[in-house]
Amino acid sequence: MPDHVHTSAEDEHDSAYAGLLVNDAHWAFGTDFEDPLAGVDTTIPEGIDAPTLAAYALMLGDDSLVMSHRIAEWTSNAPDLEDDIALSNIALDLLGQSRLLLARAAKADDSVVPALPEGSPAPPEDALAFFREAHEFRNVRFAEVVNGDFAEATVRVLLFSVWRLAVWERLRASTDHVLSAVAVKGVKELTYHRDYAARWFVTLAQGTEESRSRLLAALDELWPLWPELFDTHPVEAAAAASGVGVDPATVREAAEAVLDQVLTAADVPRPEVARRSGVLGRTGRDGMHGEALSRMLAEMQSVARAHPRGQW
Amino acid sequence: MLTLADLGVLRDVDVVGDSHVVVDITPTYSGCPAMAAMRDDLVRELQAAGFDRVEVRVSLHPAWTTDWITPAGRAALLAAGISPPGPAPSTHGPIPLTLLPTARQVRCPQCDSPATELVSEFGSTSCKAQYRCTTCLEPFDHLKEI
Repeated sequence: MPDHVHTSAEDEHDSAYAGLLVNDAHWAFGTDFEDPLAGVDTTIPEGIDAPTLAAYALMLGDDSLVMSHRIAEWTSNAPDLEDDIALSNIALDLLGQSRLLLARAAKADDSVVPALPEGSPAPPEDALAFFREAHEFRNVRFAEVVNGDFAEATVRVLLFSVWRLAVWERLRASTDHVLSAVAVKGVKELTYHRDYAARWFVTLAQGTEESRSRLLAALDELWPLWPELFDTHPVEAAAAASGVGVDPATVREAAEAVLDQVLTAADVPRPEVARRSGVLGRTGRDGMHGEALSRMLAEMQSVARAHPRGQW
Repeated sequence: MLTLADLGVLRDVDVVGDSHVVVDITPTYSGCPAMAAMRDDLVRELQAAGFDRVEVRVSLHPAWTTDWITPAGRAALLAAGISPPGPAPSTHGPIPLTLLPTARQVRCPQCDSPATELVSEFGSTSCKAQYRCTTCLEPFDHLKEI
């Protein structure tokens, strides 16, 4: 027997099966950390409007939550094992960012958290993820688009991470300790996501006729939702004015410059496709979403809603 | 044996009273699913050591970096067949786009050959990349620099 296999009773927690033998009740929600921000200084800096901070954190958290779910839909479906693992890892990073951001939103202003049935053990971030309706989500519409082929996943991750990284590079200087810490960590993760997608973008563009045509089609498909990422919602304007957040319009130039580097390396022209308009001027940040989000949430939220008091 | 302290995950231990201890840990990645297991292990070990009240807190700032992995931790990783990380890249200012595969000097943890190639920047956990040794042909994990 290899010497790293422990058999003594004291080491039973090293066994993956040890938990099955004891009364080890875990919530069906979260990962048994009652509060992902436990011990973090969550006091609201002076001069910061708590509802604005909460609304802003929700926007950033919803972007990554919805995007994470879409990317996670690739799990077991990617063209090869390495990319399956890569996409799952990217989805996990984004989910982790969401958890912290939704918890931050709840901590700043608990009135954003939906009421749950009595006795539900769901922590606030899970209540926000699983018990809000589509119109209450504040993600950009870009994040919710139904998945296409692998070229589409490449373009999706590229555009999303180019934009989010540009915003988060500045968010590191947020006057809110939590947002700043989340951004410092998130920047490291997003850098890997952006490089991964950018390399695949160049590879597919310079690959076969088939891979290039699929890539160009995917770019044309997603491009109409790209400008929306840089629109300034009043909440973002207020958050930026108080030093808590970043006005996405101010990072457009930086983001476009990075994207141009990728397009140039791939020899792909900028698409000439008009932006998708909002509905009566309202877009994702206003809670105006496509049917795709409702369908996605119906699946994502079904277990939590069927068992709001669930434990395992 | 790789400890939480060797990994740089254990940030602070504060013995508040005779039987009360407060421990700070930091996640490696935002979505690190091992946080709850680490917390459970800490609570179990500290209770066994006589602390009735064990508080485990999450510390987000400063963000974890692979530079915090101790020399003992690096040796333990290598002994377990995992290639330890090089120096973490600077994350101040604008982050440059890297279109070419990350160039690292990675030696095979099995046969110590410098002839290795990157398979994927993403591995079995968020913190690892997949490599392959072109000498002994064994695949192995490399802990990514962050």
